[in-house]
Amino acid sequence: MSISRPCGTYDESYAQDMAIFRTRLQWIMLIVGLLLLFTCPMWLGGQWVNLLNLIGISLIAVLGLNILTGYCGQISLGQAAFMAVGAYTSGVLTAKFGWSFWAALPCAALMAGMVGLIFGLPSLRVKGFYLAMATLAAQFIIPAIIINPLEGLTGGVHSLIVPPPKIGDLAVTSVQGMFFIIMPITILMTFFAKNIVRTGVGRAFIAIRDNDLAAEVMGINVFGYKLLAFFICSVYAGVAGSLWAHWMRAINPDHFTFMDSIWYAGMMIVGGMGSIAGAVFGTVFLRVLDELTKLFGMNLSTIFVGWASFIQGSLGPIVYGLIIMLFIIFEPRGLAHRWEIFKASYRLRPFAY
Amino acid sequence: MQVVLQYIANGLMIGGIYALIALGIVLVYKSTSVFNFAIGQMMMLGAFFLWTCAEVFGLPIWISLIIAMAGGVIVGMLIERLTLRPLIGQPLLSAVLATLALSYFLNGVTIGVWGAYQQRLPNFLPGALTIGGVVFSNDLLWSFVIAMALFVILYIFYQRTKTGLLMRATAESHQVAQARGIKVRTIFSWSWALCGLVATVGGMLLALRLGVSQFISLVGLQAFPAVLFGGLESIPGAVVGGLTVGILQTVTGGLIAPWLMEVTPYVILLLVLIFRPEGLFGEKRIERI
Repeated sequence: MSISRPCGTYDESYAQDMAIFRTRLQWIMLIVGLLLLFTCPMWLGGQWVNLLNLIGISLIAVLGLNILTGYCGQISLGQAAFMAVGAYTSGVLTAKFGWSFWAALPCAALMAGMVGLIFGLPSLRVKGFYLAMATLAAQFIIPAIIINPLEGLTGGVHSLIVPPPKIGDLAVTSVQGMFFIIMPITILMTFFAKNIVRTGVGRAFIAIRDNDLAAEVMGINVFGYKLLAFFICSVYAGVAGSLWAHWMRAINPDHFTFMDSIWYAGMMIVGGMGSIAGAVFGTVFLRVLDELTKLFGMNLSTIFVGWASFIQGSLGPIVYGLIIMLFIIFEPRGLAHRWEIFKASYRLRPFAY
Repeated sequence: MQVVLQYIANGLMIGGIYALIALGIVLVYKSTSVFNFAIGQMMMLGAFFLWTCAEVFGLPIWISLIIAMAGGVIVGMLIERLTLRPLIGQPLLSAVLATLALSYFLNGVTIGVWGAYQQRLPNFLPGALTIGGVVFSNDLLWSFVIAMALFVILYIFYQRTKTGLLMRATAESHQVAQARGIKVRTIFSWSWALCGLVATVGGMLLALRLGVSQFISLVGLQAFPAVLFGGLESIPGAVVGGLTVGILQTVTGGLIAPWLMEVTPYVILLLVLIFRPEGLFGEKRIERI
């Protein structure tokens, strides 16, 4: 029983050809992995379960960004702003209008998608760097609108208190409870993302990324697909934002700043653009690194007491900035590429090629 | 009417600083086609250099100014050598994210070295000016004058000196310039050094108004729309864009609602991208397969 199929084994049916999990061992690993993941809350401390929640939410946002930037080639620097749209839609619907979380979640996703479409409109005329600037504009305009004209609904710069989600009559308030809401949604969204990029739509995205003029000549509706990519990306952001709102239970525009957008873009880069597995690697890697840096900073500041505020303020940005730069310079294809190399060499062992 | 004139005057002055920042960005973009998102942080570093020399070491202000500017030039060259040079030939997103990561990194370094405190600089510029009841406060007036002076100097530098000519040639095409025997890497280094210089001057002027703190770097974000408004490759465009954005920002912020101050530049940016993506003076690009 091997992880990947040995040479010379061919697919005999369409179902086999389309399968994501191709060998029995992969299925076993999937089931064991899922079991391990869902028993986490029993043997991990609350702090780490909370980290897993954060990873799950970030992963959804990064997946959306990866579809837009990694697959469709449209750079977005405003993912956090679209998350804010989702978070506030969900938060306002549940807190002010008394909707249930399960009804607010799809509305948040749709609302974020619509706003994403609006900011995707410039992609009709501009691309590359100019489009990145349009999404940058979204990053500054959306929070300003949330804070000022909509202050009555959103509470402006004061936090909006969001009620916990309910399953039946049971309000989910614990970290472990949220884990069982966030993780299944994250897994579903990962599964959707993996399948979107395998369909015709995904192929069209890749064609546009590689050469949009050639794609248009081949009969791909470039503008339509670009807008679709923006929509999908923002829907992912909306879901992530909605989960964020009910996980934090108090949302503030400060949770969705330009720096957060850069974080999501960084996770995509570190993991590897144009790879769903890469999004997972990058998100887990950077979030765990961030947590470890915080722990390390706290320990360091108990040793150098006088420098505590200096250390805690600077360590995170320095480590994060360095990691992103090192990845861009030395491994621009990200962890996913390394993983592919590792898999190939494992498969061919003991031969060199 | 008086109020409107005052807003326009203030806007013009703030626009001077935006023009300066935009100038720094355009200088780098012209020759290396990299958009420098880290310019706000470079300004902040310049301001902290000046503060350290003048207040911590107690040097005379003119010597501190020169040391700070030299520091800015060195930072610019270091950034080019260490982060951007390995990225030559990489896709667009790499360079964009590299400068963004750099800005994050520099933020961390500044907090680590100087702490997250606000410091004050001694006001070393002479007095305010009043024309027809409109007050021009001294720091803003000086930023405007210095921005305009730098603009003229850089324009002459680009048009009249040999190095300027080489830089323009490099901006036209890296490969052709290289083939003609121009040391493209040296030109890149030069451009970043100039950017560091301009950013330091902008940072020092802003420090007079905002104090020496992390806030300076946020002003850089407000100047990005000015660059696109004027056109990414145009030095006159940077100045016109900076002034226009400055005026529109203060007028809308003052007359309609204060919160529009921060948003107006980005609304302008969106409109420019939709209706005239190449900016006022930018070059229209025709794509061929």
